[in-house]
Amino acid sequence: MSRLVNESRGAYAFIERNVHLIKRYWGWELVWFFYSLVNSLAVTYIGAGMERISGQPMDTEYLIMYLLVGTLIWTYLSMIFYSISEMIAWERWEGTIEYTFMAPVSRPTQLVGTTLFAIGYGVFRTLLTLLIVAAFFRLDLSQANLGGAVLLLFAGSVSFVGLGILAAVLPLLYPERGAQMTNAAAALLLLVSGVYYPIAILPVWLQWIARGSPATYVIEGMRACLLHRAPTGSLLSTVFPLIGAGCGVILVGLFVFQRVERYAKKTGRLKRSG
Amino acid sequence: MLPSALELERVRKVFSRKQRSLARRVSHTSGRKDVVALESLNLTVDRREIFGVLGPNGSGKSTLIRLVSTLLLPDSGTIRVFGHDIEKEEFAVKRLINRVSVDAAFFKKFSPLENLTYAARLYGMPMSEARGKMREILLRLGLKEETFTEPMERMSRGMQQKVAVARGFLTSPSLLLLDEPTTGLDPYSKRDVQAFVREVRESHDATVVLTTHDMDEAERLCDRIAILDKGKVIALDTAEGLKNLVPKQDGNAPTLEDVFIALTGGRMEDKELEVAE
Repeated sequence: MSRLVNESRGAYAFIERNVHLIKRYWGWELVWFFYSLVNSLAVTYIGAGMERISGQPMDTEYLIMYLLVGTLIWTYLSMIFYSISEMIAWERWEGTIEYTFMAPVSRPTQLVGTTLFAIGYGVFRTLLTLLIVAAFFRLDLSQANLGGAVLLLFAGSVSFVGLGILAAVLPLLYPERGAQMTNAAAALLLLVSGVYYPIAILPVWLQWIARGSPATYVIEGMRACLLHRAPTGSLLSTVFPLIGAGCGVILVGLFVFQRVERYAKKTGRLKRSG
Repeated sequence: MLPSALELERVRKVFSRKQRSLARRVSHTSGRKDVVALESLNLTVDRREIFGVLGPNGSGKSTLIRLVSTLLLPDSGTIRVFGHDIEKEEFAVKRLINRVSVDAAFFKKFSPLENLTYAARLYGMPMSEARGKMREILLRLGLKEETFTEPMERMSRGMQQKVAVARGFLTSPSLLLLDEPTTGLDPYSKRDVQAFVREVRESHDATVVLTTHDMDEAERLCDRIAILDKGKVIALDTAEGLKNLVPKQDGNAPTLEDVFIALTGGRMEDKELEVAE
């Protein structure tokens, strides 16, 4: 029981710490939020302009919603991914990695705290983006199955937690370049996951990679949910495999992380700051 | 019989360092060079002892502290903290130790109270207990109440180091590892920290391992002192016992500094190049 209490205090330490970091670096947060908002707007305006670009009549409202769902879900999933993958990078930047790794708190506990924060902050930022974007476009959610969307979002979060853990290994292994490597991993996911286009237009070999990305299923499911009112029952064939695969990736991620942590302790890589 | 606070048996630690291309060309060697940080080290620290470790830069002091802190793993040998093996019982060891390092590493934009709160939660302390203790220790170390909520980045190096010391003591560790805790502090702050170390040993039954370059500090605080050179213990005794190892200098009793220089033999520049600890 006391172990559980200690671990929950440890998990809360990471939530509280991340909230403080957001408050203290609010200027940067504002810049990144502005960048992400403008990006969402710019992408959605492509949909609004397609009729004029092609000179053909099109269902512009559908295009806008199609792109908006992609950009918003990507905003959310990438927040989860970055929050978790940067849990080591932050410690490197601040120089606190040794102190945190010396503390009697397990890595899964650190992960639970970081994930809870990431989900909360991700939902907050995505909703804020949606509210602002709604002022620019007429959004028709009359065909939306919002309950199903929430379920898919949860399943997507689980799948991205595992990917985030795997990416968090990079700053542990490569103190100087690790954080940049996580950006490259996120960029690849963005390319193949059908965020702005159906994956069917990709070359076959990229489609194979796309099928391995959980974001592909989350975004496809979300579009079915929000644009075509897909019933929740029909989503379960996506939700359960996503959660199952997500749990599998989390376990693999934790195993890999523990092995790499041991390697870092053998080779003295915890000390150097990026 | 109760186990000792700290036992090291034949501990060896080697780092493999990448050589820069010029050095590689000049020496005609492969890209990596092995640097022995600790060589078959044996050491026992008794309970409630303040144990000093002296040594030139690159002698293995910080490696020793990092190994005991579970931040490094030994290549061979065993390390036990109050009988717990640092590899097999890592969690048990982590609960018993804390460390103050020479570079006070904090979240720079956080205040001392925020940093200490983070530490208290990591160590599973109830906040009702931690809040009072934080203030008590910070005040005892001479920090003013109005600085408690200021960002750490606005504080002087000395004040930051005092917060680091407070963080080390906050969790009431049974074994406290102090890695050059007073380096860069003014004489008043040094005295504050040194008095606090002694006080904590008396009041909390804590064992302290202290690495330092300050001979006076070692002599003032430590029950026994080990001199480390090239990863080996070359002398181990009380300060007085160490002084007996060296003949009188111009008829005067040798100081600890004389002992240190005589035993380590003025090769400090070479060592500074040798290992980046």
